Amino acid sequence: MSKELRLMKGNEAIAEAAIRCGVDGYFGYPITPQSEILEHLMAEKPYEKTGMVVLQAESEVASINMVYGGAATGKRVMTTSSSPGISLMQEGLSYIAGAELPALIVNVVRGGPGLGTIQPSQADYFQTTKGGGHGDYRLITLAPSSVQEMYDFVELGFELAFKYRNPVMILSDGVIGQVMEKVEVDDYKPRWTDEYIKQNFPWAAFGKLPTRNHNIITSLELDSSKQEQVNIRIQSKYKECEAKEVRYEEIMTQDAEYLFVAYGSSARICQKAIELARSEGIKVGLLRPITLWPFPSKALKALGQKMKGILSIEMSAGQMVEDVKLAVECRVPVEHYGRFGGIIPTPTEICEALKKVIAK
Amino acid sequence: MTEEIIIAGFGGQGVLSMGKILAYSGIMQNKEVSWMPSYGPEMRGGTSNVTVIISDERISSPCLNQFDTAIILNQQSMDKFEHSVKSGGLLIYDPNGITDHPTRKDINIYQVAATDKASEIGIMKLFNMIVLGGFLKIKSIVTPEMLHKGLEKSLPARHHHLIPDNEKAVEIGKEILKPYHLL
Amino acid sequence: MTREEIIKPENLVYRRTPVLTDATMHYCPGCGHGTVHRMIAEVIEEMGIQENTIGIAPVGCSVLAYNYFDVDFIEAAHGRAPAIATAIKRLKPDHFVFSYQGDGDLAAIGTGETIHTCNRGENITMIFVNNGIYGMTGGQMAPTTLEGMKTATSPYGRDREIMGNTLKITELLAQLPGTCYVTRQAVYSPATARKCKKAIRQAFEYQKLGKGVSFVEVVSNCNSGWKLQPVQANEWLVENMLPMFPLGDMKVPDKE
Repeated sequence: MSKELRLMKGNEAIAEAAIRCGVDGYFGYPITPQSEILEHLMAEKPYEKTGMVVLQAESEVASINMVYGGAATGKRVMTTSSSPGISLMQEGLSYIAGAELPALIVNVVRGGPGLGTIQPSQADYFQTTKGGGHGDYRLITLAPSSVQEMYDFVELGFELAFKYRNPVMILSDGVIGQVMEKVEVDDYKPRWTDEYIKQNFPWAAFGKLPTRNHNIITSLELDSSKQEQVNIRIQSKYKECEAKEVRYEEIMTQDAEYLFVAYGSSARICQKAIELARSEGIKVGLLRPITLWPFPSKALKALGQKMKGILSIEMSAGQMVEDVKLAVECRVPVEHYGRFGGIIPTPTEICEALKKVIAK
Repeated sequence: MTEEIIIAGFGGQGVLSMGKILAYSGIMQNKEVSWMPSYGPEMRGGTSNVTVIISDERISSPCLNQFDTAIILNQQSMDKFEHSVKSGGLLIYDPNGITDHPTRKDINIYQVAATDKASEIGIMKLFNMIVLGGFLKIKSIVTPEMLHKGLEKSLPARHHHLIPDNEKAVEIGKEILKPYHLL
Repeated sequence: MTREEIIKPENLVYRRTPVLTDATMHYCPGCGHGTVHRMIAEVIEEMGIQENTIGIAPVGCSVLAYNYFDVDFIEAAHGRAPAIATAIKRLKPDHFVFSYQGDGDLAAIGTGETIHTCNRGENITMIFVNNGIYGMTGGQMAPTTLEGMKTATSPYGRDREIMGNTLKITELLAQLPGTCYVTRQAVYSPATARKCKKAIRQAFEYQKLGKGVSFVEVVSNCNSGWKLQPVQANEWLVENMLPMFPLGDMKVPDKE
C-alpha cells in the first residue's frame, strides 16, 4: 500500500506518528515552541481512532510522573515539552531510568537559561546526554533533522526504549518543530493488546497473575550492595547500547578536507553552508550524529583523521564540541561555532567561520 | 530548479497561509518543499515572515539569509529583507504604507498594489492571494491546476466553496503587477 | 495445639489475609500504618480484586508499602502518586487503582497533583495517612502539624506567624467536584478501626461506580516522632488531633 504524503510541521508529525504507530498514552503540558503536539493530538481525537489516551496534565512534573505510571504497566507512553519544562521533568527521568522503564520524551529545545526565549536553540545537549537528573543514567538520544525524522523517530524511539528498558529522548529544536515539510505517514497500527504486554513484558505491573508473585516497579534499594548491582546491570545495558545503537549520517565526506559536525537543524544549515563553500572550492563535508547518546565517537575518530580541521556547529556556546574533541583525541584541530539565545546561524556565517578555521 | 522565497509583512496579512498554499501547490507538483515561519509573539499582530523553499532536489537548510525572491508587505520587512535578495533576484512589494521604496539596482523589483485593489473591490480577506498572483506571474513555479489542488489541501473543506474566489484574486494579482525597476 | 489444629475453622480467631506478603513490616510498634495496610489488603481479598488492583506507594514512612501487599505495586517519586494513579487508571480503566500517601507526600510536595487529580475526578481511591509529622526523616514539621506542636523543625512549637497554618487538605478536597466520597477515619481503637475498614471498603466500592476520587484520610499516630509511648500517643491523638481533624464523612455520593 502506498504511503500517504502530508505537509506537516515537525510538531504535528510527532503527534501524528504517535497515533499511527499505536502509542497508548500521551501526557503533556503546553509550552512554546511545541504546543502543536498536544493541540494536534486533541484535534485528531485518537481516543476514538485507536483508543489512545491523551491528557493535558497540570504541570510537566505531573506529566513525567504520569508517563512513569503508564510505563510501569508496560504501555507505550510519552510526553513532550520544551527546555524549561524538560528541566522540571529531570527528577522523573531519573526515576524512569532507575526503575528501568521504557518511555519516550520529546524536547523541542528553546533558548535558555531560565525562561530564556521561545526561539530555537541546542543548548540542552549537556542536560540530555550527560544526565540532567541525578544518578548514573543515560538517555538514548535521537536528534531528528527533518520533519520526516520527527515522524520516524517516534516508533524508533519506542523500539529502543522497550529493547533497553530505558527512557529515550528525541532532542529536537524550534526549527524542526515549526518547519513544515513533506512527510510520508503510515497506516494506523493497532495498539498492543493486554495479552501481548503480558507475554512480552513480564516485568510490568499490569496486575498480579496467579502464576507469579507481585511485580514491583521501584528505583529504591536501601541495601547499597544490591543498589551497586542494579547500577552494574544498568551500565552493562548502556555498554550494549553503545556497541549496537550508534547512528549517524555522512554528507559529502568522500573528498572532504574539512568537516562540519552538526546535528538537528544545525546539520541542515550546514548542508547549505557546504553548497556555498564548495562553490568557492572549499572541500568540506558533514558528519551528522543521529544518536547523540550513544555518540558516534568511533566513526568521527576514523573520519577525523583524514581531515585538516573540524568545525562543530551548534546553537549553543559549545557543548557537543567536547564530545567531538574527545572522539578525535585532540589529533585534529577542533573548533566550535555557534549562536545562542534563540539566534539561528546563517549558512553564510558558518561559511565564514570555516574560512577562519582554514586560515589558522 | 530551486526557488528560495521570503514572504514578510504584518501578522494577520495572511503571510503564513500564502506560504502554505504555495508549499502545498509545490507538493502537488511533486516538488520538495519547506515552510519555515517566524513564530512566537509575532503571531499576535507584530511582524510575521515565512521562508518557503520549492525545489526539484532535497532541500538543505530551511533557514536562509539570502533569497531568490522577497515578497514584502510592510516597511519593517522592507528594511529587514531588501538586502537579503540575491543579486539578480526578485523583490515584489505592496507599496501601501511603504515610505522608503527599495533602492537596489541589481535586482528586479515589481509592485503589486494588492491592498488598494482588495479594498476597492471589497475582498480584503483575499489580499494575500492577489500578492501571490503577482509572484506567480513572474515565476510560474506552480501551475494553475496545482495551485487549485494546493488550495484544496490547505483550506479546510468548509472553505472549499471559496476556492474560485481565491483563484480569481490570483488572476487579479497577475493583472495589476507592474515593474518598478528592471535589470 | 499444633499449627494444623489452630487453623481449623472452629479454632481460628484471626487469620492474616493472603493479600499481605510474608515480609516483616518495618513500622514502629504502635504505628497506624500496619493497621491501615491490613485493612486495605483485607478489602482487596474480600472484594476478590487482588489480580486487577494496582497500588502506588509514596515517599515517606510507607515508602516500602509495596513489599507488604501481594498486588502489583509502583513506587512513586515524592508526592507524585496521584499523577501515576491517573495514568494507570486511564490506561487500564478495568483495574482498581489506589494510592497510599502520608501528609508530607500528599499535602506538601504533592499538593498540586493531589488537587488536580481530585478535581479531574479520576476514578481512583486515595488513602491518606495523617500523623501530623514527618516520621521517616526524623520528626520534622508537616503541613498538618498542629499549632504549638514541637517537631525537629519547630523545636519551640509550631508558630503560625513563622511557619504558617495547619492544613486541612481533606476539607479542601471535599469541595472539589471531582471527589465523590471523602471521609476522615482513625485506627486508634477497635471501634474506630472497624469503622475505618468499612470506609476503605466503601471507597473501593465507589471506585466501581466511576464517579471520581474516593478519598479516605486516616488520622494516625507517630509514637517515635511525637516521642510518646504507643498508648500515650493514642491518647494524645484523641485530645489534640481530633479537635483539629474531626472524624466522619465529609462527602458521600448521591444515592441513585
